[in-house]
Amino acid sequence: MTQHLDSIDSAITVDSIDSAITVDSIDRAIIVATQDGLPLVARPYDAVAEQVGISAVEVRARMRAMVEAGSIRRIGVVPNHYALGYGWNGMSVWDVADDDVMAAGAAMTALGFISHCYQRPRLPPHWPYNLFAMVHARDHGAAQVLVERIALALGGMNRGHRVLYSTRILKKTGLRLTG
Amino acid sequence: MMDDTDRAIINALQGGFPISETPFAEAGLALGLSEDELISRIAALRQSGVLSRFGPLYNADRFGGHNTLVAMAVPVDRFDQVAAQVNAFAEVAHNYQRDHHFNMWFVVAADSRARVEQVLTEVQAMTGLPVHDMPKLTEFHIGLKFEA
Repeated sequence: MTQHLDSIDSAITVDSIDSAITVDSIDRAIIVATQDGLPLVARPYDAVAEQVGISAVEVRARMRAMVEAGSIRRIGVVPNHYALGYGWNGMSVWDVADDDVMAAGAAMTALGFISHCYQRPRLPPHWPYNLFAMVHARDHGAAQVLVERIALALGGMNRGHRVLYSTRILKKTGLRLTG
Repeated sequence: MMDDTDRAIINALQGGFPISETPFAEAGLALGLSEDELISRIAALRQSGVLSRFGPLYNADRFGGHNTLVAMAVPVDRFDQVAAQVNAFAEVAHNYQRDHHFNMWFVVAADSRARVEQVLTEVQAMTGLPVHDMPKLTEFHIGLKFEA
């Protein structure tokens, strides 16, 4: 089976790093109650409401607001991509001119198969790369094809790249907020 | 083993789960599944590890904490020992071995930038190896779906 991934939101948005928003104590309680998941019951938001001590109407309104603000990226199933057979996790890294970063990032994310894309600092002299894009594929060949597609999309903006495959997962936990 | 119904659930529900009174009933309609069947299918997929989570995916960057990606070049004969030292920090969320001179890559996340910097300083002191801090400067957002 060939890899086929598509993007659910076509709009590309860019976050600057210090765009933190204020989370009040009720939002925080909702986050703590749901960061491991929604209860698998017919009325999950009622169950969250009971745990937090507010009405289900308020839970839903606050969660809708968090979706709109981008604090919740999405709500749904989160597949373990290894279990789905996407065992090749490649961190592709690219050297593009600072002035090309926005255009290159937009070109990359428009491809629809990259899971994360960030600009990070270079570490001269040994690390000239400033754009990071994660690719996931079922085998090495499929991963290489994806990297070639990124290179094509970047064209002359690409001054050099490499792919660092993960050879071992040493630790994997989510980012946590404590209550 | 996953069947076609499981695949349809995974492909349809990686985003857009309703925020409503009875969201499973609503989401089930589009998939031709009853509320009970959708709930028990998702529970089974969680149980078997095909799904790592079900629910809201929060953007941790928006909550005032700080996180960064760190690269280290670890001598092969000390690799496992250094991995254990690094992983012992609760603030280390992910850690991968990769095929490069920089062979250890981990994410440090904490409530404050100061605490992240403290963890980096401690890792450097403990291991005697330089840590390379590569914080995000720009994030390009994408909603990626994996096809089952």
